[in-house]
Amino acid sequence: MATNMKSTLFDPLFENNPIALQVLGICSALAVTTKMETALVMAAAVTLVTACSNFAVSLLRNMIPSSIRIIVQLTIIASLVIVADQVLKAYVYDISKQLSVFVGLIITNCILMGRAEGFAMQNPPVLSFVDGIGNGLGYSMVLVCVAFIRELLGSGKLLGHSLIPTVNEGGWYQPNGLMVTSAAAFFIIGIFIWALRSWKPYQIESDEA
Amino acid sequence: MQRDSVTYIVGFAAVVCIVCGLMVSSAAVALKTQQTANAAFDKQRNVLYATGLASPAAGLSREQLETIYDERVKPVVIDLKSGDVVDSPSFDPATYDMDKAADGADTGMPAPENSSSIQRLPKEAVIYQVTGEGGEVEMIVLPIKGYGLWSTLYGFLALDKDTTTVRGITYYKHGETPGLGGEVDNPNWKAKWPGRKAYNDQWQPALQVIKGQAGPPSSAPHQVDGLSGASITSRGVSNMLHFWLGDGGFAPYLAKFREQHS
Repeated sequence: MATNMKSTLFDPLFENNPIALQVLGICSALAVTTKMETALVMAAAVTLVTACSNFAVSLLRNMIPSSIRIIVQLTIIASLVIVADQVLKAYVYDISKQLSVFVGLIITNCILMGRAEGFAMQNPPVLSFVDGIGNGLGYSMVLVCVAFIRELLGSGKLLGHSLIPTVNEGGWYQPNGLMVTSAAAFFIIGIFIWALRSWKPYQIESDEA
Repeated sequence: MQRDSVTYIVGFAAVVCIVCGLMVSSAAVALKTQQTANAAFDKQRNVLYATGLASPAAGLSREQLETIYDERVKPVVIDLKSGDVVDSPSFDPATYDMDKAADGADTGMPAPENSSSIQRLPKEAVIYQVTGEGGEVEMIVLPIKGYGLWSTLYGFLALDKDTTTVRGITYYKHGETPGLGGEVDNPNWKAKWPGRKAYNDQWQPALQVIKGQAGPPSSAPHQVDGLSGASITSRGVSNMLHFWLGDGGFAPYLAKFREQHS
Protein backbone atom coordinates (compact mmCIF):
# COMPACT_ATOMS: atom_id res chain seq x y z
CA MET A 1 0.00 0.00 0.00
CA ALA A 2 2.78 2.42 0.93
CA THR A 3 4.63 1.99 -2.36
CA ASN A 4 1.33 2.18 -4.14
CA MET A 5 0.63 5.53 -2.51
CA LYS A 6 4.10 6.79 -3.37
CA SER A 7 3.94 5.81 -7.00
CA THR A 8 0.43 7.26 -7.26
CA LEU A 9 1.81 10.55 -6.00
CA PHE A 10 5.07 10.71 -7.94
CA ASP A 11 4.41 8.85 -11.17
CA PRO A 12 2.52 11.77 -12.70
CA LEU A 13 5.63 13.94 -12.36
CA PHE A 14 7.82 12.16 -14.91
CA GLU A 15 6.55 8.64 -15.59
CA ASN A 16 3.03 9.62 -16.56
CA ASN A 17 2.96 13.39 -16.75
CA PRO A 18 -0.50 14.66 -17.65
CA ILE A 19 0.82 17.34 -19.99
CA ALA A 20 3.94 15.68 -21.39
CA LEU A 21 2.70 12.12 -21.82
CA GLN A 22 -1.07 12.31 -21.73
CA VAL A 23 -1.00 15.73 -23.49
CA LEU A 24 -3.95 17.02 -21.46
CA GLY A 25 -4.58 20.53 -20.19
CA ILE A 26 -2.51 22.24 -22.89
CA CYS A 27 -4.95 25.13 -23.35
CA SER A 28 -4.46 26.64 -19.93
CA ALA A 29 -0.76 25.81 -20.02
CA LEU A 30 -0.45 28.27 -22.91
CA ALA A 31 -2.62 30.95 -21.42
CA VAL A 32 -1.44 31.45 -17.86
CA THR A 33 2.30 30.92 -18.23
CA THR A 34 3.50 34.36 -19.27
CA LYS A 35 4.20 35.04 -15.59
CA MET A 36 5.28 32.85 -12.68
CA GLU A 37 2.77 34.36 -10.29
CA THR A 38 -0.30 33.45 -12.32
CA ALA A 39 1.15 30.04 -13.14
CA LEU A 40 1.69 29.25 -9.45
CA VAL A 41 -1.82 30.25 -8.44
CA MET A 42 -3.33 28.39 -11.38
CA ALA A 43 -1.25 25.33 -10.51
CA ALA A 44 -2.41 25.42 -6.89
CA ALA A 45 -6.03 25.81 -7.95
CA VAL A 46 -5.88 22.92 -10.41
CA THR A 47 -4.08 20.66 -7.93
CA LEU A 48 -6.62 21.29 -5.17
CA VAL A 49 -9.62 20.97 -7.44
CA THR A 50 -8.31 17.73 -9.00
CA ALA A 51 -7.62 16.23 -5.58
CA CYS A 52 -11.01 17.21 -4.12
CA SER A 53 -13.00 16.17 -7.15
CA ASN A 54 -11.17 12.83 -7.24
CA PHE A 55 -11.96 12.36 -3.56
CA ALA A 56 -15.64 13.20 -3.97
CA VAL A 57 -16.09 11.09 -7.09
CA SER A 58 -14.34 8.17 -5.43
CA LEU A 59 -16.57 8.43 -2.33
CA LEU A 60 -19.62 8.18 -4.54
CA ARG A 61 -18.18 5.69 -7.02
CA ASN A 62 -20.32 2.79 -5.86
CA MET A 63 -23.48 4.88 -5.85
CA ILE A 64 -23.18 6.75 -9.14
CA PRO A 65 -25.49 5.21 -11.77
CA SER A 66 -23.28 4.44 -14.74
CA SER A 67 -25.67 6.02 -17.23
CA ILE A 68 -25.20 9.49 -15.74
CA ARG A 69 -21.69 9.14 -14.33
CA ILE A 70 -20.01 11.67 -16.63
CA ILE A 71 -22.51 14.42 -15.90
CA VAL A 72 -22.29 13.71 -12.17
CA GLN A 73 -18.48 14.02 -12.32
CA LEU A 74 -18.84 17.21 -14.28
CA THR A 75 -21.29 18.66 -11.76
CA ILE A 76 -18.90 17.95 -8.91
CA ILE A 77 -15.93 19.40 -10.79
CA ALA A 78 -17.85 22.48 -11.89
CA SER A 79 -19.04 23.19 -8.34
CA LEU A 80 -15.52 22.90 -6.96
CA VAL A 81 -14.15 25.17 -9.68
CA ILE A 82 -16.73 27.85 -8.95
CA VAL A 83 -15.90 27.68 -5.26
CA ALA A 84 -12.18 27.96 -6.08
CA ASP A 85 -12.88 30.96 -8.32
CA GLN A 86 -14.90 32.66 -5.57
CA VAL A 87 -12.13 32.07 -3.04
CA LEU A 88 -9.49 33.50 -5.37
CA LYS A 89 -11.64 36.58 -6.01
CA ALA A 90 -12.03 37.12 -2.29
CA TYR A 91 -8.45 36.56 -1.18
CA VAL A 92 -6.06 37.11 -4.09
CA TYR A 93 -8.05 39.61 -6.11
CA ASP A 94 -5.14 40.91 -8.21
CA ILE A 95 -4.10 37.50 -9.41
CA SER A 96 -7.66 36.35 -10.01
CA LYS A 97 -8.07 39.40 -12.22
CA GLN A 98 -5.12 38.29 -14.34
CA LEU A 99 -6.26 34.68 -14.48
CA SER A 100 -9.70 35.96 -15.48
CA VAL A 101 -11.57 33.37 -17.45
CA PHE A 102 -8.98 30.63 -17.07
CA VAL A 103 -10.00 29.70 -13.54
CA GLY A 104 -13.52 29.05 -14.80
CA LEU A 105 -12.03 27.06 -17.65
CA ILE A 106 -10.46 24.60 -15.20
CA ILE A 107 -13.84 22.88 -15.61
CA THR A 108 -12.89 21.98 -19.14
CA ASN A 109 -9.36 20.95 -18.20
CA CYS A 110 -9.14 17.39 -19.42
CA ILE A 111 -6.90 16.36 -16.52
CA LEU A 112 -9.80 16.66 -14.10
CA MET A 113 -12.32 14.64 -16.07
CA GLY A 114 -9.61 12.23 -17.10
CA ARG A 115 -8.59 11.45 -13.54
CA ALA A 116 -12.16 11.31 -12.23
CA GLU A 117 -13.25 8.85 -14.90
CA GLY A 118 -9.96 7.00 -15.29
CA PHE A 119 -8.84 6.67 -11.68
CA ALA A 120 -11.32 7.82 -9.03
CA MET A 121 -14.14 5.62 -10.35
CA GLN A 122 -12.05 2.49 -9.65
CA ASN A 123 -10.06 3.41 -6.54
CA PRO A 124 -10.72 4.24 -2.87
CA PRO A 125 -11.07 7.90 -1.80
CA VAL A 126 -7.71 8.52 -0.13
CA LEU A 127 -5.73 6.97 -2.94
CA SER A 128 -7.79 8.98 -5.43
CA PHE A 129 -7.09 12.15 -3.49
CA VAL A 130 -3.35 11.40 -3.67
CA ASP A 131 -3.67 10.69 -7.37
CA GLY A 132 -5.32 14.10 -7.79
CA ILE A 133 -2.48 15.80 -5.93
CA GLY A 134 0.08 13.88 -8.00
CA ASN A 135 -1.48 14.79 -11.31
CA GLY A 136 -1.93 18.36 -10.14
CA LEU A 137 1.77 18.45 -9.31
CA GLY A 138 2.68 17.00 -12.70
CA TYR A 139 0.65 19.75 -14.33
CA SER A 140 2.11 22.34 -11.96
CA MET A 141 5.66 21.29 -12.71
CA VAL A 142 5.26 21.83 -16.45
CA LEU A 143 3.36 25.08 -15.89
CA VAL A 144 5.99 26.51 -13.58
CA CYS A 145 8.87 25.46 -15.87
CA VAL A 146 7.20 27.06 -18.86
CA ALA A 147 6.34 30.20 -16.91
CA PHE A 148 9.91 30.43 -15.59
CA ILE A 149 11.37 30.42 -19.10
CA ARG A 150 8.70 32.69 -20.55
CA GLU A 151 8.82 35.32 -17.83
CA LEU A 152 12.61 35.38 -17.68
CA LEU A 153 13.22 35.60 -21.43
CA GLY A 154 10.04 37.47 -22.29
CA SER A 155 10.20 40.27 -19.76
CA GLY A 156 13.47 39.79 -17.89
CA LYS A 157 11.65 39.17 -14.62
CA LEU A 158 10.87 36.43 -12.15
CA LEU A 159 7.78 36.71 -9.96
CA GLY A 160 7.64 40.36 -10.95
CA HIS A 161 11.18 41.17 -9.81
CA SER A 162 13.50 42.45 -12.52
CA LEU A 163 16.43 40.09 -12.96
CA ILE A 164 17.73 41.10 -16.37
CA PRO A 165 17.39 44.86 -16.95
CA THR A 166 15.50 45.26 -20.23
CA VAL A 167 16.11 47.94 -22.86
CA ASN A 168 12.74 49.54 -21.98
CA GLU A 169 13.97 50.08 -18.46
CA GLY A 170 17.38 51.36 -19.44
CA GLY A 171 19.20 48.00 -19.31
CA TRP A 172 20.82 45.94 -22.02
CA TYR A 173 18.42 43.04 -22.54
CA GLN A 174 16.15 43.16 -25.57
CA PRO A 175 13.18 41.01 -24.42
CA ASN A 176 12.27 38.11 -26.65
CA GLY A 177 8.84 39.03 -27.96
CA LEU A 178 8.12 35.46 -29.01
CA MET A 179 8.20 34.36 -25.38
CA VAL A 180 5.17 36.41 -24.42
CA THR A 181 3.02 34.97 -27.17
CA SER A 182 1.22 31.64 -26.82
CA ALA A 183 3.37 30.06 -29.51
CA ALA A 184 6.35 30.10 -27.16
CA ALA A 185 4.53 27.78 -24.77
CA PHE A 186 4.09 25.28 -27.60
CA PHE A 187 7.82 25.33 -28.31
CA ILE A 188 8.75 24.98 -24.65
CA ILE A 189 6.28 22.19 -23.98
CA GLY A 190 7.46 20.50 -27.17
CA ILE A 191 11.09 20.67 -26.06
CA PHE A 192 10.04 19.43 -22.61
CA ILE A 193 8.28 16.41 -24.13
CA TRP A 194 11.28 15.72 -26.36
CA ALA A 195 13.70 15.89 -23.43
CA LEU A 196 11.50 13.67 -21.29
CA ARG A 197 11.17 11.05 -24.01
CA SER A 198 14.89 11.05 -24.73
CA TRP A 199 15.44 10.37 -21.05
CA LYS A 200 12.67 7.73 -20.84
CA PRO A 201 12.48 6.30 -24.37
CA TYR A 202 9.68 3.85 -23.49
CA GLN A 203 7.27 6.82 -23.36
CA ILE A 204 7.51 7.16 -27.12
CA GLU A 205 4.32 5.98 -28.74
CA SER A 206 4.86 3.19 -31.25
CA ASP A 207 4.08 4.08 -34.84
CA GLU A 208 0.58 3.14 -35.71
CA ALA A 209 0.96 1.21 -38.88
CA MET B 1 -33.39 0.02 -4.99
CA GLN B 2 -31.46 -0.91 -8.09
CA ARG B 3 -28.67 1.32 -9.28
CA ASP B 4 -29.99 1.47 -12.80
CA SER B 5 -33.67 2.07 -12.08
CA VAL B 6 -35.06 5.33 -13.33
CA THR B 7 -36.22 6.43 -9.87
CA TYR B 8 -32.75 5.91 -8.43
CA ILE B 9 -31.09 7.82 -11.25
CA VAL B 10 -33.46 10.76 -10.96
CA GLY B 11 -33.16 10.76 -7.18
CA PHE B 12 -29.38 10.56 -7.28
CA ALA B 13 -29.16 13.40 -9.80
CA ALA B 14 -31.46 15.54 -7.65
CA VAL B 15 -29.40 14.96 -4.51
CA VAL B 16 -26.12 15.75 -6.32
CA CYS B 17 -27.62 18.96 -7.71
CA ILE B 18 -28.92 20.09 -4.32
CA VAL B 19 -25.67 19.39 -2.53
CA CYS B 20 -23.52 21.06 -5.21
CA GLY B 21 -25.94 23.96 -5.47
CA LEU B 22 -25.81 24.53 -1.73
CA MET B 23 -22.02 24.42 -1.76
CA VAL B 24 -21.68 26.93 -4.59
CA SER B 25 -24.28 29.35 -3.31
CA SER B 26 -23.02 29.35 0.26
CA ALA B 27 -19.48 30.04 -0.98
CA ALA B 28 -20.76 32.89 -3.15
CA VAL B 29 -22.82 34.43 -0.35
CA ALA B 30 -20.13 34.03 2.29
CA LEU B 31 -17.43 35.66 0.17
CA LYS B 32 -19.57 38.37 -1.40
CA THR B 33 -18.70 41.23 0.99
CA GLN B 34 -14.99 40.51 0.70
CA GLN B 35 -15.19 40.48 -3.11
CA THR B 36 -17.13 43.74 -3.38
CA ALA B 37 -14.67 45.38 -1.02
CA ASN B 38 -11.78 44.12 -3.16
CA ALA B 39 -13.30 45.46 -6.35
CA ALA B 40 -14.04 48.86 -4.79
CA PHE B 41 -10.54 49.07 -3.35
CA ASP B 42 -9.01 48.12 -6.69
CA LYS B 43 -10.76 51.07 -8.29
CA GLN B 44 -9.73 53.48 -5.53
CA ARG B 45 -6.15 52.35 -5.78
CA ASN B 46 -6.09 52.92 -9.52
CA VAL B 47 -7.55 56.39 -9.16
CA LEU B 48 -4.61 57.14 -6.88
CA TYR B 49 -2.13 55.60 -9.34
CA ALA B 50 -3.50 57.83 -12.11
CA THR B 51 -2.97 60.96 -10.02
CA GLY B 52 0.55 60.05 -9.02
CA LEU B 53 -0.38 60.39 -5.32
CA ALA B 54 0.65 56.76 -5.01
CA SER B 55 2.47 54.33 -7.25
CA PRO B 56 2.56 50.54 -7.42
CA ALA B 57 6.33 50.69 -6.96
CA ALA B 58 6.04 52.47 -3.60
CA GLY B 59 4.44 49.35 -2.15
CA LEU B 60 1.98 51.13 0.15
CA SER B 61 -0.27 48.94 2.25
CA ARG B 62 -3.99 48.74 1.71
CA GLU B 63 -4.66 50.83 4.84
CA GLN B 64 -2.26 53.57 3.74
CA LEU B 65 -3.84 53.75 0.29
CA GLU B 66 -7.33 53.87 1.78
CA THR B 67 -6.30 56.71 4.08
CA ILE B 68 -4.88 58.77 1.21
CA TYR B 69 -7.98 58.07 -0.83
CA ASP B 70 -10.37 59.09 1.93
CA GLU B 71 -8.43 62.29 2.62
CA ARG B 72 -7.86 63.49 -0.92
CA VAL B 73 -10.34 61.94 -3.34
CA LYS B 74 -14.01 62.74 -3.68
CA PRO B 75 -16.21 60.88 -6.19
CA VAL B 76 -18.53 63.24 -8.03
CA VAL B 77 -21.57 62.16 -10.01
CA ILE B 78 -22.18 64.13 -13.19
CA ASP B 79 -24.79 64.14 -15.89
CA LEU B 80 -22.70 63.10 -18.88
CA LYS B 81 -24.63 65.01 -21.57
CA SER B 82 -25.06 68.36 -19.84
CA GLY B 83 -21.92 68.18 -17.71
CA ASP B 84 -23.86 69.24 -14.60
CA VAL B 85 -22.93 67.86 -11.20
CA VAL B 86 -25.67 65.69 -9.72
CA ASP B 87 -25.88 66.75 -6.10
CA SER B 88 -27.95 63.93 -4.67
CA PRO B 89 -27.36 60.85 -6.81
CA SER B 90 -29.76 57.94 -6.53
CA PHE B 91 -26.88 55.47 -6.05
CA ASP B 92 -23.68 55.00 -4.11
CA PRO B 93 -20.80 56.27 -6.30
CA ALA B 94 -18.39 53.81 -4.69
CA THR B 95 -20.18 50.75 -6.04
CA TYR B 96 -21.75 52.29 -9.16
CA ASP B 97 -21.08 50.20 -12.25
CA MET B 98 -21.04 52.44 -15.30
CA ASP B 99 -21.10 49.55 -17.75
CA LYS B 100 -24.21 48.13 -16.14
CA ALA B 101 -25.85 51.56 -16.09
CA ALA B 102 -25.01 52.06 -19.77
CA ASP B 103 -26.84 48.83 -20.66
CA GLY B 104 -29.97 49.76 -18.70
CA ALA B 105 -32.87 51.21 -20.66
CA ASP B 106 -33.46 54.04 -18.15
CA THR B 107 -29.93 54.63 -16.99
CA GLY B 108 -28.11 54.41 -20.32
CA MET B 109 -28.17 56.00 -23.76
CA PRO B 110 -26.69 55.14 -27.16
CA ALA B 111 -23.18 56.48 -27.62
CA PRO B 112 -22.36 58.91 -30.43
CA GLU B 113 -20.26 57.64 -33.33
CA ASN B 114 -16.78 56.70 -32.10
CA SER B 115 -13.74 54.60 -32.95
CA SER B 116 -13.48 52.96 -29.55
CA SER B 117 -16.28 50.41 -30.04
CA ILE B 118 -18.37 52.06 -27.35
CA GLN B 119 -22.02 51.28 -28.04
CA ARG B 120 -23.77 52.76 -25.06
CA LEU B 121 -23.02 55.33 -22.39
CA PRO B 122 -24.40 55.77 -18.89
CA LYS B 123 -26.53 58.89 -18.40
CA GLU B 124 -24.71 59.59 -15.18
CA ALA B 125 -20.99 59.07 -14.75
CA VAL B 126 -18.71 59.07 -11.72
CA ILE B 127 -15.57 61.18 -11.91
CA TYR B 128 -13.18 61.98 -9.09
CA GLN B 129 -11.99 65.29 -7.75
CA VAL B 130 -8.68 65.30 -5.96
CA THR B 131 -8.37 68.03 -3.37
CA GLY B 132 -5.18 69.64 -2.12
CA GLU B 133 -4.22 70.28 1.49
CA GLY B 134 -6.48 73.33 1.66
CA GLY B 135 -9.53 71.57 0.27
CA GLU B 136 -9.42 73.18 -3.19
CA VAL B 137 -9.74 70.95 -6.25
CA GLU B 138 -6.32 70.10 -7.56
CA MET B 139 -6.98 67.39 -10.13
CA ILE B 140 -9.84 65.72 -11.93
CA VAL B 141 -9.73 61.99 -12.60
CA LEU B 142 -11.81 60.73 -15.51
CA PRO B 143 -12.68 57.10 -16.15
CA ILE B 144 -11.84 56.09 -19.73
CA LYS B 145 -12.42 52.94 -21.70
CA GLY B 146 -12.10 51.81 -25.28
CA TYR B 147 -11.13 48.99 -27.57
CA GLY B 148 -7.49 48.17 -28.24
CA LEU B 149 -6.39 45.12 -30.21
CA TRP B 150 -8.06 42.24 -28.39
CA SER B 151 -9.93 43.79 -25.55
CA THR B 152 -11.54 46.81 -24.01
CA LEU B 153 -9.06 48.76 -21.92
CA TYR B 154 -10.33 50.39 -18.72
CA GLY B 155 -8.39 53.16 -17.10
CA PHE B 156 -8.24 56.57 -15.52
CA LEU B 157 -6.88 59.84 -16.86
CA ALA B 158 -5.91 62.49 -14.34
CA LEU B 159 -6.07 66.13 -15.47
CA ASP B 160 -4.87 69.22 -13.67
CA LYS B 161 -7.44 71.76 -12.45
CA ASP B 162 -6.78 73.70 -15.69
CA THR B 163 -8.55 70.66 -17.30
CA THR B 164 -5.92 70.24 -19.98
CA THR B 165 -2.58 69.39 -18.39
CA VAL B 166 -2.27 65.64 -17.96
CA ARG B 167 -1.19 64.58 -14.48
CA GLY B 168 -1.16 60.87 -15.17
CA ILE B 169 -2.82 57.88 -16.77
CA THR B 170 -3.33 54.31 -15.71
CA TYR B 171 -5.08 51.20 -17.00
CA TYR B 172 -6.52 48.76 -14.51
CA LYS B 173 -8.16 46.21 -16.74
CA HIS B 174 -7.29 45.02 -20.22
CA GLY B 175 -6.50 41.87 -22.15
CA GLU B 176 -3.78 43.13 -24.48
CA THR B 177 -0.76 40.97 -25.33
CA PRO B 178 1.70 41.02 -22.43
CA GLY B 179 4.98 42.64 -23.48
CA LEU B 180 3.40 44.37 -26.48
CA GLY B 181 0.04 46.11 -26.00
CA GLY B 182 0.20 45.09 -22.37
CA GLU B 183 3.00 47.63 -21.99
CA VAL B 184 0.28 50.22 -21.29
CA ASP B 185 1.01 49.09 -17.73
CA ASN B 186 4.71 49.94 -18.04
CA PRO B 187 5.61 52.64 -15.50
CA ASN B 188 8.17 54.11 -17.90
CA TRP B 189 5.55 54.63 -20.57
CA LYS B 190 3.08 56.08 -18.09
CA ALA B 191 5.81 58.45 -16.92
CA LYS B 192 5.80 60.05 -20.37
CA TRP B 193 2.27 61.40 -19.86
CA PRO B 194 2.40 64.02 -17.10
CA GLY B 195 2.79 67.53 -18.47
CA ARG B 196 1.21 66.89 -21.88
CA LYS B 197 -1.81 68.92 -22.90
CA ALA B 198 -5.12 67.18 -23.55
CA TYR B 199 -6.65 70.08 -25.51
CA ASN B 200 -5.39 72.54 -28.13
CA ASP B 201 -6.00 76.30 -28.09
CA GLN B 202 -9.56 75.88 -29.40
CA TRP B 203 -10.36 73.32 -26.68
CA GLN B 204 -10.48 70.49 -29.17
CA PRO B 205 -9.12 67.14 -27.94
CA ALA B 206 -5.60 66.95 -29.31
CA LEU B 207 -3.73 64.37 -27.29
CA GLN B 208 -2.61 61.31 -29.22
CA VAL B 209 -0.21 58.43 -29.16
CA ILE B 210 2.10 58.62 -32.19
CA LYS B 211 4.44 56.17 -33.84
CA GLY B 212 7.99 56.55 -32.61
CA GLN B 213 9.24 58.97 -30.02
CA ALA B 214 7.57 62.25 -29.20
CA GLY B 215 10.16 64.02 -27.11
CA PRO B 216 9.55 66.01 -23.91
CA PRO B 217 6.18 67.72 -23.21
CA SER B 218 7.67 71.16 -23.91
CA SER B 219 8.38 70.34 -27.56
CA ALA B 220 5.52 67.88 -28.15
CA PRO B 221 2.65 68.91 -25.87
CA HIS B 222 0.01 66.81 -27.60
CA GLN B 223 1.97 63.67 -28.45
CA VAL B 224 3.02 60.61 -26.52
CA ASP B 225 5.46 57.88 -27.62
CA GLY B 226 3.83 54.89 -29.25
CA LEU B 227 4.23 51.42 -27.79
CA SER B 228 6.64 49.46 -29.94
CA GLY B 229 5.07 46.38 -31.46
CA ALA B 230 1.61 47.57 -30.51
CA SER B 231 0.39 50.11 -33.05
CA ILE B 232 -3.22 48.98 -32.76
CA THR B 233 -3.30 49.25 -28.97
CA SER B 234 -1.61 52.67 -29.30
CA ARG B 235 -4.27 53.75 -31.76
CA GLY B 236 -6.92 52.44 -29.36
CA VAL B 237 -5.52 54.65 -26.63
CA SER B 238 -5.58 57.67 -28.97
CA ASN B 239 -9.15 56.90 -30.00
CA MET B 240 -10.46 56.57 -26.50
CA LEU B 241 -8.77 59.82 -25.40
CA HIS B 242 -10.30 61.56 -28.38
CA PHE B 243 -13.73 60.22 -27.50
CA TRP B 244 -13.74 60.81 -23.75
CA LEU B 245 -12.20 64.27 -24.03
CA GLY B 246 -14.69 65.16 -26.77
CA ASP B 247 -18.29 66.38 -26.66
CA GLY B 248 -19.71 62.87 -26.29
CA GLY B 249 -17.49 62.32 -23.26
CA PHE B 250 -16.41 64.69 -20.54
CA ALA B 251 -15.93 67.93 -22.52
CA PRO B 252 -19.25 69.47 -21.28
CA TYR B 253 -18.33 68.81 -17.66
CA LEU B 254 -14.79 70.10 -18.08
CA ALA B 255 -16.08 73.27 -19.78
CA LYS B 256 -18.44 73.93 -16.87
CA PHE B 257 -15.68 73.20 -14.41
CA ARG B 258 -13.46 75.80 -16.10
CA GLU B 259 -16.23 78.40 -15.95
CA GLN B 260 -16.71 77.87 -12.25
CA HIS B 261 -13.07 77.81 -11.33
CA SER B 262 -11.63 80.64 -13.36
